[in-house]
Amino acid sequence: MTAYSPQQTAAISLVSPMLPFRAEILSVQPEAPLVSTYWMRFLDPELRTSYQFKPGQFNMLSIPGMGEAAISISSDSNDHQRVGHTVRFVGNVTNAISRLKAGDVIGVRGPFGTSWPLEDHHGKDIFIAAGGIGLPPLRPILYQVMAQRNNFGRVVVIYGARTPDDLQFTREYKAWEEAGIELIITVDRGDEKWTGLVGVVPLMFYRLRMDPRKSVVYTCGPEIMIRFVIFEALARRITPDQIYVSMERNMRCGLGLCGHCQLGPYFVCKDGPVFTYEQLQPYFNVEDL
Amino acid sequence: MSKPKVAVYKFSSCDGCQLSILNLEDELLDLAGAVEIAFFLEATRRVLPGPYDIGLVEGSISTPHEAERIQEIRHQVRFLIALGTCATSGGIQALRNFTQVDDLAVIVYEHPDYLHVLDTSTPISQHVKVDLELWGCPVNKYQVLECVAALLQNRTPYLPTHSVCLDCKRRGTVCVMVANGTLCLGPATRTGCGALCPASGRGCYGCFGPAPGAEYATTAHLLQSKEHYPGEAVHLMRNFAGYAPQFREAVDALVGGSENEPAL
Amino acid sequence: MPEGHLEIGAIVTLEKPEFNRLLVAIQEQGYETLGPTIQDDTIQYNRINGLDDLPRGMTSKQDAGYYRLEYSGHNNYFDVTPGPQSWKGQFFPPRTELLTLYRQNKRDWSAEKTQPNQPPTALIGVRPCELAAIQVQDRVFLRNDLSDPLYLSRRERTFILVANCLHPGGTCFCVSMGTGPRSHSGFDLSLTELNDVFLMEIGSEAGRAILADLPWQPAAAFSLQAAERGFEYAIRHMGRTIPDVERLPEALLNDLENQQYDDVAKRCLSCTNCTQVCPTCFCWDVQEVNNLSGSEVRRERVWDSCFNPMYTYVFGGNTRPNTRSRYRQWITHKLASWYYQFGVSGCVGCGRCITWCPAGIDITAEANALLSEVKA
Repeated sequence: MTAYSPQQTAAISLVSPMLPFRAEILSVQPEAPLVSTYWMRFLDPELRTSYQFKPGQFNMLSIPGMGEAAISISSDSNDHQRVGHTVRFVGNVTNAISRLKAGDVIGVRGPFGTSWPLEDHHGKDIFIAAGGIGLPPLRPILYQVMAQRNNFGRVVVIYGARTPDDLQFTREYKAWEEAGIELIITVDRGDEKWTGLVGVVPLMFYRLRMDPRKSVVYTCGPEIMIRFVIFEALARRITPDQIYVSMERNMRCGLGLCGHCQLGPYFVCKDGPVFTYEQLQPYFNVEDL
Repeated sequence: MSKPKVAVYKFSSCDGCQLSILNLEDELLDLAGAVEIAFFLEATRRVLPGPYDIGLVEGSISTPHEAERIQEIRHQVRFLIALGTCATSGGIQALRNFTQVDDLAVIVYEHPDYLHVLDTSTPISQHVKVDLELWGCPVNKYQVLECVAALLQNRTPYLPTHSVCLDCKRRGTVCVMVANGTLCLGPATRTGCGALCPASGRGCYGCFGPAPGAEYATTAHLLQSKEHYPGEAVHLMRNFAGYAPQFREAVDALVGGSENEPAL
Repeated sequence: MPEGHLEIGAIVTLEKPEFNRLLVAIQEQGYETLGPTIQDDTIQYNRINGLDDLPRGMTSKQDAGYYRLEYSGHNNYFDVTPGPQSWKGQFFPPRTELLTLYRQNKRDWSAEKTQPNQPPTALIGVRPCELAAIQVQDRVFLRNDLSDPLYLSRRERTFILVANCLHPGGTCFCVSMGTGPRSHSGFDLSLTELNDVFLMEIGSEAGRAILADLPWQPAAAFSLQAAERGFEYAIRHMGRTIPDVERLPEALLNDLENQQYDDVAKRCLSCTNCTQVCPTCFCWDVQEVNNLSGSEVRRERVWDSCFNPMYTYVFGGNTRPNTRSRYRQWITHKLASWYYQFGVSGCVGCGRCITWCPAGIDITAEANALLSEVKA
């Protein structure tokens, strides 16, 4: 598990950690109804090279007058030309983001938080279980896997959305499969054209054979989904330290300073968002913690 | 692009909220520059024809005529803001909702038969769809300005909903309940006034209405345990925002019978 | 002027009237001197220029949800325990401007951060529990990996004069938390007020320099003994206790469904007062203040509270939707999680949250009830 440290977060000014950096929107890619990916590039050329993030980390995106929102980074961590954020338009800030166009300038602070420890899992089977807007923080993993496919055993993505229209990154599924990633795509409710799987993400585990000695699970999505994914993984004798969960809480500062995102002894923005289930176990099932 | 047209309407009320807008003084010129004041009889006799982009509605619905007029206004106005606690909860005149209006009319008026009033004074939202509610008796003029600014900037206005206690502490006002034994509705009341009353050594009387998520019944019981005379807690909660459902229910739970019911 | 062994750790005496010159000496170093004064029927920290500004002869009667200042008849200047205000606001003000954003046009904007601009301040009469609270907040805001620049700029320009406690208040429990009644380090100067003189301890080079020019005397043995007797009295007269503080971190986090939380939820108002008077609570929120056209936006940091119902709101729900969950968060954070986050307890035993809770909820009673329910 990587912890937040100054070396990793070169882009946060230690002199002024609340100061946003300006980034220009390069393009906007609609992904699903009310979900788009914003590709952006820092205006400061020096920052473009010094800015480095790890898969699973997030940025605070901001628009003057609207405030800040924590958005996970959905792009390739080896791509230094641009940074991608896949945003669902649900609140004040994200609705304001929905009105941005190429050429507009957005504020970025980050990167914050822990990452998926992919480098520790060479040789392992990687099972990725994502629901809805839980896929974007896992997409950087897929870029990494495609770049170094031979370092891993099986790589399986179980991804579910409410309806076929809500599925994100559909243009990329083919490339993922060609790179040797197994895809299990499911929806809660099909439509007349849908011929694929119907059912929630945890249900799809019945299709899988998992070797508990060499499997790790990465999961992100609605907390109720995560709960059952963990249940299914444990039932297949994956140990809690091999189950990685990305959590969402009300993150306001990203620095572990403002208190809002606490979960038991953790600041989700600093000690997470990526936790092992072993870390979360005492707290995950406590209601309203 | 033409400036958004703003209309300000008055229903049963004291005009205090409209005066708050006029009290903006320093900002009024900016405001007049940013929007077209199209209908605001308290300020000017000039009336521009509707429809209007923003309608600020002061006052409660307490007469049959008002009940009709608010329907017409709703058709004239794109974004309707209920302005002040009369408009959001019925106001002080909603005290009559707890008794019989005819009994009161006989006491007050020589010829009560001239009166054409409804049995109750009710918030605007009980009659038409309201897009935004601004609490306060009167409203905080800066909250009005913030709402207009937010509409102009296409964003949600910043209107925090925490308790008045948080404001007291932020401004360094000493708790009147702990240090003086004064009954105060601050723990259950929505922020917005900047803790005006406690800062003047008085208890909060809840004119900004119930703070969402507060503990109304617990507060009512606590206040009752600290009363200086029987019925003080009920008087405090059944006040300017007394007809707001949360305060109403808390008082109902408290009274639990008629023996503590204070005379109006 | 006596020949000196005036070194760090030395304890000397100062005649009480000389305290006025002490303040002048501190002011001459460029500090504004703040200390306890009577304002709005409580103790509040304001500028002080001499002994006459101090609450001489005053004491306070404090209990759960109750505070009254009282005249005690004695002549001491530093006998009254603190009011609702703590020194927290000196380093972490209730409202701070972080930056201003200027919108040039529809597409672009610039950000300008606010330069910290706080005059050097001397805190006079800091209680040992309050010094402990400052040290707790240092761990929060001045981490190895990240220092809060606004906090740091204020903290590093501060002179601290501690007043040790001889007469604790009705809600005090610093002895349980190991923070008082006497400070041992972390101050520039400390004083212990005896009937006739101030016993002064030197805690830093800055403190030594201030005292060096004043007519101090070596401390007599009977003065030191009087102070010791005073501390023993204070230890025996704590208004509150938590007997098993060291059990709290594990016990509380292992028993998050304790029934005591249902009980306290019936009394707690979720009003935020306990968190706002707490000298260690550090939660804050960011708010945007727009002008009418949106061309200028101030981004501000304001005190927030885990009792604010909106504190945990995320789109689609609230992760702590009721008072039970909020109180549990507060007390487990204060007495348990804090150890894991910052290596110390978040509670210094000052008793403010007990006194200033309108509902009179007592953290020591709740902690003891929680502990008694837990299997030992």
